Amino acid sequence: MAEVSAQTQAPEGEAKGRFNRFDNPWLNPKLLWGIGILLGIVLLGLIGRMLWNTELVFTGSTPLRLPPVGFENLRGQPGEAAFPLGTDGAGRDLLALLIIGAPNTLMIGAVASLIGMTTGIILGFSAGFIGGRTDDVIRILSDVMITIPPLLILVVFQSVYGDVSLLLMAFLIAGFMWQSPTRLIRAQVLSMRESGYVKMAQLSGASTAHIMFREMLPNLIPYLFGSFIANVTTAIVTAVGLEVLGLGPQRIPTLGRVIYDAINSGALIQNLWWWWGLPTALLAVMFIALLLINLGLDEISNPRLRKI
Amino acid sequence: MFGIPRSYLFNRFVTFLLTVWIAATLIWIIPRLSPVDPAEVMLGRMASGGAFVEGSEQILQSLRERFGLNDPLVIQYFKYMWAVVTFDFGVSVASFPTPVWTLIAQALPWTLGLMILSLIITFIIGNALGAFMVWERTPRPWKVVIPSLMIFTSIPPILSGLLLMYIFSVKLRWFPLTGSYGLTVTPGWNWDFIASVLTHGFLPALSIVVVTFGFWTLGMRGLMISVQGEDYVNLAKAKGLKPRYILYKYMVRNAILPQVTAFALKIGLLVSGQILVERIFSYNGMGKLLYDAILDQDFAVIQGVSFIIILMTALSVLIVDMLYPLIDPRIRHQAEAA
Repeated sequence: MAEVSAQTQAPEGEAKGRFNRFDNPWLNPKLLWGIGILLGIVLLGLIGRMLWNTELVFTGSTPLRLPPVGFENLRGQPGEAAFPLGTDGAGRDLLALLIIGAPNTLMIGAVASLIGMTTGIILGFSAGFIGGRTDDVIRILSDVMITIPPLLILVVFQSVYGDVSLLLMAFLIAGFMWQSPTRLIRAQVLSMRESGYVKMAQLSGASTAHIMFREMLPNLIPYLFGSFIANVTTAIVTAVGLEVLGLGPQRIPTLGRVIYDAINSGALIQNLWWWWGLPTALLAVMFIALLLINLGLDEISNPRLRKI
Repeated sequence: MFGIPRSYLFNRFVTFLLTVWIAATLIWIIPRLSPVDPAEVMLGRMASGGAFVEGSEQILQSLRERFGLNDPLVIQYFKYMWAVVTFDFGVSVASFPTPVWTLIAQALPWTLGLMILSLIITFIIGNALGAFMVWERTPRPWKVVIPSLMIFTSIPPILSGLLLMYIFSVKLRWFPLTGSYGLTVTPGWNWDFIASVLTHGFLPALSIVVVTFGFWTLGMRGLMISVQGEDYVNLAKAKGLKPRYILYKYMVRNAILPQVTAFALKIGLLVSGQILVERIFSYNGMGKLLYDAILDQDFAVIQGVSFIIILMTALSVLIVDMLYPLIDPRIRHQAEAA
């Protein structure tokens, strides 16, 4: 999606002599690095599924507690090439767990954030543009809901219902992801409503929908991307939090679930560092990539930050 | 009150009440939608202890009566609301006759203590680093080091907690692995106990600080950049004031204000993060209580803990909102003008 916007930005740069196409703000190194790392994780999931035997995520399909290749566990067993990243305490191959688990975790974040974003765009525009009662209701509701930590409501929900599917979990988290885009868009719409080009469109008889989605929405794209990425981070943090508390999907491997199993089996004390360490490291890389994307987007939408 | 307009106070207070009401209602509705009967869960727990329960049908009935499950839903709802207002969440199923409130009252001071301590440290470190990131006179190496520290910002505290625990407790054995005080000390105002609490609390606090100070740093950086170009800063420089003086008295003091409002929006995330840190460190706070309750399927405790934490969050947002006009007089003047 960044590429599409990059093309629309390019002619502006070419018009002024001093700028060349390498000054395109969308070619921000932080943004590109972040997207690259995330793509790498997605590819690990997609290509890994084809190259690696994913049957190994089932319990008891491998020897127990083997270390990664080149290391020895406390019983003196060396790592085996058949299980390059080691195995966990229930006989599952960690590489297979990561291949299946990492895309699941990312997917929960993306789906929840996408639904939240869509709801936020609709509500934010309605509030900012229609105003009056609609605005009051939406504003108060988003102010109220933004202070409720999603984790706790979801803990109540999932402890009652037990097992949930990945998608249901994403939908539940999405219920807490619409507030900040709503507030952001509402504020932007309120300030843009008075600007010249919107007045112009209104005078020339454009419909409300046209003004909202064709005139105003394109100007919000950098903010929307930023808010989307921030929400993906929050959604993943919430999902991992639930999984680490032992809630969330019980039968599908997720990174949080692997960490939960590891902590519960005392992997820290038994020095089975690969068991909890690898999913932790992968999650950390994921969050760093999301942060880089967000910093890059910040610099694109706020040129003042680019100086430093 | 202190020149803060009434309408502002009123608005904030209504938002606070609405938040608490919606949260309480959600917590009440969710279990009602499920087919699980709490009385049967309770009976199941008894049966698992003693294999066979005599007169189980009567017990089931009396339990339903006791939980008020025979009343119409509306009555149940109002009874529940009254219970919530009086902090009466019923009794814990796992540690049976103990009221939920007693359990919460034991856990709450630990959570609050850890939270306030890590918050103060984070606020100071974060804002200082953010200010130094922008200041012209910061030594070169610092300008490279600080942005790279930002990498940690994105990591949730549970991951940093695991890592710190492994390095400092398992490998180096500098700090105890879990718990909030040692088994050999007696709680009280003696030096051993306080030292034990401090060493046990250090790693949980550090794992929160390490990953949250960046939020302040980034915010402060943005604010400092906008303050940097202001006329009064240029004037101060032209007057030949000491650079350090300009930094503290002219730049930081003006830039730090909006940080306080930004904080209000982050409280929820901070609290949830801390809950998880307490869970991995088995710290005697609300997080451990919640986790144990989830393991025991102790709904009364889960509901009580969730509600109290949401209440705490909403309350801190309210306090921040109330304090803000006191810190920043511009808000007061704006409201008066409008």
